[in-house]
Amino acid sequence: MKKIFFSILLFSFFITIQSCNKNLDEYNASFPALNPVKNDLSAGTWKPILLIAADEFAVAAPILTTSPAYATEINEIKGWQENLTENQRQIIKYWSAGSVLRWNEILRELVAKHNIPSYQNADGTYPSPSAANPFAYPVFPFSNPPYAARAYAYVSAAQYDALVAAYHYKKLYSRVAPYTFDAGINALVPKTDLPSYPSEDATVTGVTVELLKLLFPADLNFIQQKADENKLYRIMAGANVRSEIEAGETLGRAVAQKFTGRARTDKAGAAIGTSVLWAQLEAQTAATGETPWISQELPKRPPMLPLFGKVKTFLFDSAGLVSIRPPAPPSTKSTLFKTELDEVMYYSTHSTTERMRIVQFWADGINTATPPGHWNEIAAKEFVKNNYSEVRWARNMALLNMSMMDAAICCWDAKYLYFNPRPSQINPEIKTFTGLPNFPSYISGHSTFSGAAATILGYILPANATMFNAMANEASVSRLYGAIHYRSDIEQGLICGQSVGAFAVARAKTDGAD
Amino acid sequence: MLISIKYNIKWKLLLSIFIITAVQSQAQTDADAIMMTKNNFCTGVMYSYSSWKNYWEGTNKRDNANLGTVSAKTFGVMGNYGISGKLNLLFGIPYVQTKATGGQLHGMKDVQDLSLWIKYLPIEKDLGPGVISVYTIAGVSTSLSAYNPDFLPLSIGLHSTNLSLRAIVDYQVDNWFATVAATYVARSNIKINRDAYYTTELHYTNKVKMPDAAQYNLRVGYRSERLIAEGLLSNWTTLGGYDITKNNMPFPSNRMNMTSAGINVKYNIKKVAGLSLIGGSNFTIAGRNVGQATVYTTGIFYIINFTKNKKPVATDTKKN
Repeated sequence: MKKIFFSILLFSFFITIQSCNKNLDEYNASFPALNPVKNDLSAGTWKPILLIAADEFAVAAPILTTSPAYATEINEIKGWQENLTENQRQIIKYWSAGSVLRWNEILRELVAKHNIPSYQNADGTYPSPSAANPFAYPVFPFSNPPYAARAYAYVSAAQYDALVAAYHYKKLYSRVAPYTFDAGINALVPKTDLPSYPSEDATVTGVTVELLKLLFPADLNFIQQKADENKLYRIMAGANVRSEIEAGETLGRAVAQKFTGRARTDKAGAAIGTSVLWAQLEAQTAATGETPWISQELPKRPPMLPLFGKVKTFLFDSAGLVSIRPPAPPSTKSTLFKTELDEVMYYSTHSTTERMRIVQFWADGINTATPPGHWNEIAAKEFVKNNYSEVRWARNMALLNMSMMDAAICCWDAKYLYFNPRPSQINPEIKTFTGLPNFPSYISGHSTFSGAAATILGYILPANATMFNAMANEASVSRLYGAIHYRSDIEQGLICGQSVGAFAVARAKTDGAD
Repeated sequence: MLISIKYNIKWKLLLSIFIITAVQSQAQTDADAIMMTKNNFCTGVMYSYSSWKNYWEGTNKRDNANLGTVSAKTFGVMGNYGISGKLNLLFGIPYVQTKATGGQLHGMKDVQDLSLWIKYLPIEKDLGPGVISVYTIAGVSTSLSAYNPDFLPLSIGLHSTNLSLRAIVDYQVDNWFATVAATYVARSNIKINRDAYYTTELHYTNKVKMPDAAQYNLRVGYRSERLIAEGLLSNWTTLGGYDITKNNMPFPSNRMNMTSAGINVKYNIKKVAGLSLIGGSNFTIAGRNVGQATVYTTGIFYIINFTKNKKPVATDTKKN
């Protein structure tokens, strides 16, 4: 009897193990192939960001479809399609969701990978990553939130300008896609009547790779592998011949130079500051009678990118920045400050499962794509449902990411202007439910990013505006629940972010896309 | 049995401590070669304190002033019932509280995982000068609360539901014994409060694939009706997972491995039949993605005999 009992137990045990499906269903794997509602053929007339005009960089006329060279390229497609492997079909399925989308995901992955602060030196100082020697520890870059916000903005804005140029030439040359030209070619992606010269996907690849060479130089092998897949996918899918890919890539690379040139001179390279500056920031706040911020890491770590507030903005000039600069935070000697500090202490000592969920969902701390990356993910999920053309994807991502980069600049400007302490610095009894960021408290970065993101996304997708605002509010208050920010930090952060978002909305209304 | 229960809890602790418990409860119930006799129910409470200052980030050993010393206190209630002398049922419920002495991170506390075990003794026979016995054990553990696995190293556990299968071989000559045990632990995926996370690549899901694990131990010692004293060598090996990268935070699906050495004592009080005290300690001698924990355990147990007019029987002392 006992033996039978035990045998049954054993049997059910193994059945249970067998039936345990441990595979993860990652939602982005099931994104459908891009099938735009509108092809946006006139996007060549949309207002570019840095390009002087859509035809600033010339693209030569395509080879004639009657030429032997073209026939050869058609044959190349047929050759691929004869013997597609399962792996190649997977590559087609992956990239068919859209090149702007997939490169955005790749960028988020690179940001997450590199978003880890360096380990200290033996003498208690910290090494900094070096763009000149990207493989030495700490590997370049440290993609913290400001770095990430800037990376997303440059890549998205450059993709947008490159696609505006590409669409200009598409309309000009009006070349039909291979699958339309030759009935012997299968369309392995949804057919569109968008002209195929130059390839929009290759344009995105060309421009993105050039930007990533600058932003993530230690990952070029990975980036190049993705780029090769991205280009080949279009040929295998019957959507582009090789010369369309080459023309798109060349155009993308050319447009990229405008953006890499700007990036090299936008002052981000100097944002880390110097030890002299770090001491000066503390001294100048102390001189006002306020308590300056002090690093609570051990050993003390220099504040994150103190001069990021000086970086060149995309959506407004320095006067614009001053116009939306938040007012000074409550004095550390004021009653209001004491009240706000007590509120932080309350959340530190009254955690709930729901508040912890909110803290963790929005934490976006080390080894994540950062808050701007999280908003890219949120936006991408919604954009997928809207079946945008590649150029509209790029335009919307550019608006979102320029907003968040400028939000980072405004936020960092305020943080280092006021240089005020974190709650746990004033009251060491305050314990936190998420990592304590190593920079001043006022204003909250999460709140600023989220206010900006929700504002521009609410303009792009009005039906979702309420949802985006609710998300922004939750992201913002998560920092109070986590016991790392005062209420003033999060409220003023949201307001400042919304002001930045309003600049993006103003641009969106006049860029010709709506 | 007392000792066996203790191991169960202790393992949780050990692993706990970086990585807290996560790694397991089921890990070890009863890795020992003792059965309760029929209709006897042994129950008791245990307290365990585990702490570490150094930990392994991948294979690199370091400390971290922003964590200081990370500790876990565990209070456990457990029991073992003898359906027969060859079939026992066991349970354990720990409550765990963690704390870091450095940095700002808040400690965590909650009821952790319920574990249930069924233990069977299919073979017990004379062999040479002693007695050999073989035990097979199956167990399940699952979380009893919504504690948070994604707050390592301060999480109280890893929150997976685990199925374990263990074989034990014990050989005893007079009062001296040696026991080896091997366990396979199948772990379910867990959910975390995020919609994306990075391991060695970015994953767009809130589910985390938990690698299975294997566990081994060897114990050698003295066993009588009054006293059990033993030395113990244990190993926990995660079958997969990835290393914590430099200066990164730990994650539930890390490759957490550890080897520990320790001693355990159980003493049956002479004046009160069925009452016993336990004590033990162990130290992590090697590890990967775990804290180098030192653990102290103590507990008190009592055996209730549900058979009328019979004295409780502390342990099955084998046929020697």
